[in-house]
Amino acid sequence: MSAIPTSSPTPDDTRQRGPLAEVLFSLLRSGTFLTGLVIVLFWVGCALFGEHFAPYDPLADDIINALAPPSAAHWFGTDQIGRDVFSRVIVGSRDILTVAPLATLLAAVAGTALGLITGYFRGIVDDVVSRILEAFMAIPVVIVALLAIVALGTSKTTVIVVIGLSFAPIIARTVRSAVLAERELDYVAAAQLRHESALHTMFVEILPNVIPPILVETTVRLGYAIFAVATLSFMGFGIQPPSPDWGLSISSNYGMIGGGFWWTVLFDALAIASLVIGVNLVADGVHGALND
Amino acid sequence: MTKSVTAENALELADLSVAYRVAGRNRAVLRNLSLTIGQGEAYGLVGESGCGKSTVALTVVRYLPRNGSITGGAISLDGQDVMKLDAEALRRARAESVSMVYQDPGKALNPSIRIGRQLTEIFELGGIMGQAAQDRAIAMLNRVRISDPTSVMQRYPHQLSGGMQQRVAIAMALANDPSMLILDEPTTGLDATVEAEVLDLIAQLRQELSASILFISHNLAVVSNMCDRVGVLYAGMLVEEGPTEVVFNDPRHPYTVALLRCLPRGGQRKDQGRLDTIPGFLPGIGAAIKGCAFADRCALADDRCRTESPPLYDLGGRLSRCHYHERAQALPRATPSNVAPAPRAAAAPVLRVAGLNKTYASHGHALRAVKDVSLDLRPGETLGLVGESGSGKTTFARLLLGLVPPDEGGTIELEGKALAPRLADRSDDQIKAMQIVFQNPDSALNRSHSVRHLISRALKRLAGLSGKALEARLNDLVRSVRLTDRHLAVKPRQLSGGLKQRVAIARAFAGDPRIVVCDEPTSALDVSVQAAILNLLADLQSKEDVSYIFISHDLAVVRYLSDKIAVLYLGRIMEFGPSEDVFSGPHHPYTEALLSAVPRLDQTETARIRLDGEIPSATNPPSGCVFHTRCPRKIGAVCEQQEPPLSEAQPGHSIRCHIPYGELARLQKAVVTEPA
Amino acid sequence: MLAILSFFVRRVSLSLVTLFLLSIMVFLGGQVLPGNVGRAILGPFADQRAVDALNHTLGVDRPLLTQYATWIWNFVRGDMGTSYIFRSPVAPFVIDALGNSMKLAAVAFVLVVPIGILGGVVAALNLNRPLDRIISLGGLSVTVLPEFVTGIILILIFGVWLRWLPISAAWPRDAGFFTQLYYLILPSLPLFLVLFGYIARMARSGMIEALDSDYTRTAVLKGLPWRTVIWRHVLRNALLPTITVIATQTGYLIGGLVVIETLFRYQGIGSLIFTAARGKDFPMLESGILTIGIVYAVATLAADFLYSVLNPRIRLGSDQ
Repeated sequence: MSAIPTSSPTPDDTRQRGPLAEVLFSLLRSGTFLTGLVIVLFWVGCALFGEHFAPYDPLADDIINALAPPSAAHWFGTDQIGRDVFSRVIVGSRDILTVAPLATLLAAVAGTALGLITGYFRGIVDDVVSRILEAFMAIPVVIVALLAIVALGTSKTTVIVVIGLSFAPIIARTVRSAVLAERELDYVAAAQLRHESALHTMFVEILPNVIPPILVETTVRLGYAIFAVATLSFMGFGIQPPSPDWGLSISSNYGMIGGGFWWTVLFDALAIASLVIGVNLVADGVHGALND
Repeated sequence: MTKSVTAENALELADLSVAYRVAGRNRAVLRNLSLTIGQGEAYGLVGESGCGKSTVALTVVRYLPRNGSITGGAISLDGQDVMKLDAEALRRARAESVSMVYQDPGKALNPSIRIGRQLTEIFELGGIMGQAAQDRAIAMLNRVRISDPTSVMQRYPHQLSGGMQQRVAIAMALANDPSMLILDEPTTGLDATVEAEVLDLIAQLRQELSASILFISHNLAVVSNMCDRVGVLYAGMLVEEGPTEVVFNDPRHPYTVALLRCLPRGGQRKDQGRLDTIPGFLPGIGAAIKGCAFADRCALADDRCRTESPPLYDLGGRLSRCHYHERAQALPRATPSNVAPAPRAAAAPVLRVAGLNKTYASHGHALRAVKDVSLDLRPGETLGLVGESGSGKTTFARLLLGLVPPDEGGTIELEGKALAPRLADRSDDQIKAMQIVFQNPDSALNRSHSVRHLISRALKRLAGLSGKALEARLNDLVRSVRLTDRHLAVKPRQLSGGLKQRVAIARAFAGDPRIVVCDEPTSALDVSVQAAILNLLADLQSKEDVSYIFISHDLAVVRYLSDKIAVLYLGRIMEFGPSEDVFSGPHHPYTEALLSAVPRLDQTETARIRLDGEIPSATNPPSGCVFHTRCPRKIGAVCEQQEPPLSEAQPGHSIRCHIPYGELARLQKAVVTEPA
Repeated sequence: MLAILSFFVRRVSLSLVTLFLLSIMVFLGGQVLPGNVGRAILGPFADQRAVDALNHTLGVDRPLLTQYATWIWNFVRGDMGTSYIFRSPVAPFVIDALGNSMKLAAVAFVLVVPIGILGGVVAALNLNRPLDRIISLGGLSVTVLPEFVTGIILILIFGVWLRWLPISAAWPRDAGFFTQLYYLILPSLPLFLVLFGYIARMARSGMIEALDSDYTRTAVLKGLPWRTVIWRHVLRNALLPTITVIATQTGYLIGGLVVIETLFRYQGIGSLIFTAARGKDFPMLESGILTIGIVYAVATLAADFLYSVLNPRIRLGSDQ
């Protein structure tokens, strides 16, 4: 038999770039993604090294200079016991950037596992778990967290676990619907026709194909974890004093804004805003790159 | 350069160039395309996927995708320069003179608006309101042979079958009495019998209406039946044009020649030789083309072809874009026509199926997807499964493979040993003995894995190989499906459709299977690629003595590869027998109708047998013979009351019909149905 | 009609199952996880006998199943128990608070639904042009901000610097409708911003899908005027999914209320839950949360119902 033509090398035979390279390429061309990345990296830098370049000790009070408006000495002014707001804003990223990512990681791992199992086995397992997850999602995360924290007591670990477990159903739902779609594809039938185990089929065959939606959902969830941690701290159920946390600062100072001491809350608010927006710009960029 | 606009032509494209902007670059899709369609003429445009057929249609109505733009040339519709029209004039042109019908009517109709409203709004544009518009709409539905138009007016699109939806779409297109009707793959995706009905309808409407037609299709036979003239499109260029009969019987471009040779025709079978193929690939969108676009794939090409771009030579009433048009038909075969040895006769069956049933529960009803199927298959044989969608072909295949457990009672025997109904209960040896090549390789090949991983995993699990032995077998296997080492490193999405299907075939053959189920393995492929895959399957069969269960809606393809045929209707075997007996007849009236529905390239006029109505629902099958509601040869009450048995009319050839075999022979002698 | 009825019966029973599971979770969170309720209330130094006596009065020393059954049965009958803090029935507090929250939510909703949809539609019709970018990125940015952050910034701008709006939602006694509305504008704005991005985003993607669809192509090629194409053919199909999203947003909206009501010192269900949580007033907390669950379930049901009425595929079932 002579050479079959389709295997002869032609320019159109195989396409240029691999899938991963294509995603990276389109990420690097996305202005949204790059802007978000710069913002997030700035705050990560502050969390890691903020202590070294903050002009004052964020915990040191200075009653004489309390509630001083922004000046050359205190760029962002001082709070009611004279602590330097600028230093507190810089270092304030530390706790939230520990708690929120850990909570998200927990949510991603638990949610992926739940989503894979419910989507793969379907039937009764799916029905039961899905009902429970839906009940979870029927009340807002902040309220679930409130209930759990009141029941269990406040600590960073509780906040991580509570937010992680509250977000897990949301990630699970995304993973599940992706897995349900994958389950219908013939490569799953092909795996069954090789007597592959359920674990192999779930983790080696299906999981790699549902990574993109997991990645997008996880980045979006990171934004909401920051949202939730900040909100809980603001309400007194999250990060506890004397940590220079942003939400906490706003909570202890916003009672005075009627008196015109705007600098005690504005910069913390802007810090939260920029971090949350930054993370979401990254998420938007990842979403765009993976859905081209 | 713009040609002068002449009023006698319905459509004129002059040097039309269209490009799509991809990754910041304009890529040419249509290159200096010129064609003319006269008043009342039907013009067919054929070509493989990616040649720019649909772009022509969208350009004419100025509905290109956002990234598409007309980069040169002129379009004139009834003497009007389409490109100079402002928004309002363009809208008027669409409302008054040009209409379009395209593939997938289910999506073309608005899902949340009643059929009636979707029709009357067209008349309202012309100032016909209220009851008058209603009446016109009903008249229009009558015209497309919809039997109960008043009730159809009240329905939503999802309540109609695909064939009905396409009739409605045609009615909408004709409602404004256009001078130009564009049909873009109007029957692709419809069942053969429905397709035949819709094509008949279009042919009849042509007699009644004055519209000129631009008919776009990948299916040469459909175009040959519908059109006066045909243009062959390749890489966005017209490579050949002329009267349909002339072009298809006496092609003057090597591409047309090769395309026609790829099709299994005139009842060609695998033991009569291999199909010809077209080497290489279509130039990608926007590829730089030097010389003749087809030169890379043409065995006639010489240096002149590679450097000097051929003009459209005028051969007197026909055109060809080939320097050597006079010897186009001397194009050597790309694939030698080796003949494979016939399967060894009289061996014990490799597969024996008896009394297989599958019932699904559907909204409280029992849906009998497969009913009482019994058949057997010998080593090295191919069993062709044919039937319309919903006939149970794919369910039957899945039952055999164990992907879906059958109802209690039936038996499946592989090489004399009973197979467990569930896949999980079958032994590894049984599993590797029966594998499948799915229709859609994008779904069948895990897109996260490299080709090497896909095939080696199958070798590991099915053949139990590892290390050096696996590596050696991998190389053999890859070579036997004619892939090369370069293909091993890439992921499926980096391969073309044909190459992907080769990977799927390699995987199915990893464990030296006794039976491979091929579920429409070529229906997503272009004809030139299809031919190569069919050849490959035939070669592997004669080499490995493997049996195939080959499912396809394309009867010519089934006939090429099959030794036995089973015709399914509503989950039942209506006819079963040696391929040649089933095709040459006498056959079951349903088989007769299926064969008659196949559009033919040779345009020989044969008596047509058309089926009325839709395939009944499997949840509520007709009483008696399930085919009686559509049967053109129904003999009376017995058909409605008693289900006929599948009785052996001749040795090995069984038919499920009340009409005696001799009588069928007499009835069908008058209309010898020889398929394409 | 039968199709829609059976669809509705199925949806209602699903909601009931969800609510049942939610009640178990709330019960576990409020009565089981905290451990010794009496100890939690009286503190670590209280006398053990006093704790036992309190536990007995509260009924938390009975078997769990009995406790749950009594609690849920009473709840269904409208008896939400007695507040640990106020020593009086919970129900009136919850009902009052819910009414107030509804007012605030209604202001936000009335503003955001039309504006959000309009934003999404306008963005889609100007796809990839500057207007689209502004709406999309702006919407995305305001949506993801915590309500107390936007709340603080808005208070600073409109309440402290410009002094246009009151910084507390507590309106004077006997305030009329318009005065109440005036006090509710500032608190409803953070909620508006959170929801705006969601709704606009959903409406935008629904529009893009509908605009790219074959049926829109059919409508355009019929020669219908662009306005007719949009109004008759595109909008309805485009906005159907948005309806469901709007309903699921009630959940987020209520979550936002907890923060907003605290920030603006407004007596709604959110601040009620917050106060109950701080004071470990479990009957109040449980009833508040379960009430929110019911509101959410009713809202999703209403949305599904509306969706099925507007979508003939569900309304009429499929013949095929």
